[in-house]
Amino acid sequence: MKIFLKYLFLIALVIVFVGPFYWLVSIALRASGDIYSLRIIPENPTLMNFAETWQKFELWRPFVNSVMVAAAVLFLNILLSSLAAYPLARLKFPGRDLIFFLLLSTMMIPFQLYMIPLFLTCLKLGLMNSLAGIVLPTSVGVFGIYLIKQYYLTIPMDLEEAARIDGAGEFSIWWRIMFPLTKPAIATLSIFTFVGNWSNFLWPLIIIDREDKYTLPIAIAKLSGAFIDKTQYLAAGSVIAIAPVIIIYLFMQRYFISGISAGAVKG
Amino acid sequence: MRFSGSRLRQIFLAYLFLLPTLIILSVFLFYPMLRAFLLSLWDYSPLSPDNKFVGLDNFIRLSKDADFWRSLGNSFLYLIVVPIIIILSLALALLVEPKIPFVNFFRAAYYMPVVTMMVVVALVWKMIFDTDHGILNSLLSRMSLISENVPWLTSPKLALFTVMTVTIWKGLGYYMVIFIAGLRSIPHELLEAAMIDGCKSRQTLLHVKIPMLWPSITLVAIISSISALQVFEEIYMMTQGRLGTSTLVFYIYDLGVRGEQEMGYACAMGVALFCIIFIFTFFNVRLMGKAHKI
Repeated sequence: MKIFLKYLFLIALVIVFVGPFYWLVSIALRASGDIYSLRIIPENPTLMNFAETWQKFELWRPFVNSVMVAAAVLFLNILLSSLAAYPLARLKFPGRDLIFFLLLSTMMIPFQLYMIPLFLTCLKLGLMNSLAGIVLPTSVGVFGIYLIKQYYLTIPMDLEEAARIDGAGEFSIWWRIMFPLTKPAIATLSIFTFVGNWSNFLWPLIIIDREDKYTLPIAIAKLSGAFIDKTQYLAAGSVIAIAPVIIIYLFMQRYFISGISAGAVKG
Repeated sequence: MRFSGSRLRQIFLAYLFLLPTLIILSVFLFYPMLRAFLLSLWDYSPLSPDNKFVGLDNFIRLSKDADFWRSLGNSFLYLIVVPIIIILSLALALLVEPKIPFVNFFRAAYYMPVVTMMVVVALVWKMIFDTDHGILNSLLSRMSLISENVPWLTSPKLALFTVMTVTIWKGLGYYMVIFIAGLRSIPHELLEAAMIDGCKSRQTLLHVKIPMLWPSITLVAIISSISALQVFEEIYMMTQGRLGTSTLVFYIYDLGVRGEQEMGYACAMGVALFCIIFIFTFFNVRLMGKAHKI
């Protein structure tokens, strides 16, 4: 009986956390005129709203932009964090501790403090209204460098030492030995970078004001400001916007959850 | 200091590995950070022809700016979410930490809002909270719990609190996972000893689990209060800062980016935000550390 009640409660909580998603999808499937009914399953569900949002409201454009930005950010983050973390974890050189300390201390500074000077810098570099303007400032992060560095530290030295004796250079040690061994850390970094970047809102909102360069969050936000009485389109657009992340989440769920525990260092 | 040839080579290589990252971070992180502090001492707007150094004038203006104080007050008010988040996410973690059938499914369901973009989350809840057509008011009135529609997002008294529930709803799964990791790290012997000594589950919770979870509680308090002080997207999407719901970050955006582009003044506000977060985190760590010792 106690177990039965517990499961009943757990299921009620599922409705609290997943219910709004269901509601969103059900609105997106409704034919016009049927928006405000409380029906849980829409009458005559239609996929028209998705097609209309995709083509007539050109949601494909921000979708393509978001995909391109995400791919570039992912690639650069993996490459640059793995490169930068290697000497910080393995090589001895003057300035190492200073650089690491400097990197970590910037984590304390909120983005909102420096977003305006960053905007001025990007303006000067001609990055306004370009996808590169979204990508470059997020192309490497201190969190990523830290994550990979911690992972390098868990790899035993013997492998490198053997390679060094065989005459391998630092670069080939990194590329042939260290980089392939950090796959789990890179998986975690990729997921966090992708999800964070896919949802990133404030920075693209500042650096982009041309419609053809919108990313999905910006496009959805602007749509929601633009028309009020076509809720189904807005809902369909929202479903399209979150679908990629939700699908990846459903397949790689355990990486998401173990990743946080890895990132949230205790104490 | 003298370096041998191979040593020099190693130093050179180390910096070569770091070079791309250092260049990018210098241009897009270090320099803007420094410049934010400098700009806060300037009357600076890209729209204005004469930008000049004004010393601490921006900060004096801040102290007299009623909108700033209202936004700051709202940002502090927003910190109410912190204790609520700690209690609810800990409760969730206690529910789904034990290995019971289907537990992974429940965890995954509660975590789903975390991976969803805030823009969409805010939009869904805006539909749900809609005064005239929202499903929440329809359900409540059908159950005869309310006699007239509640203006969730259209009344100055309620709007900010309604937005807070969305922040809480989206974040709980994340903090739940931190607590699950914390619960996992409690040594088994300790829990077994408590059981042998005849502790009821409530006693175990209060006297064993919660004290052992203190590092996780501190971590959740720090992360959730930093993000509460930085709240922006929910406000942007759900109220546009109207009805007295502007927060500090929304005000910075509104003044520095959108409207007048008073960037020097907005940077001064950014500096204020930074100081507040810094002081707050510092005291969070200190207070939590002390409470732990008692």
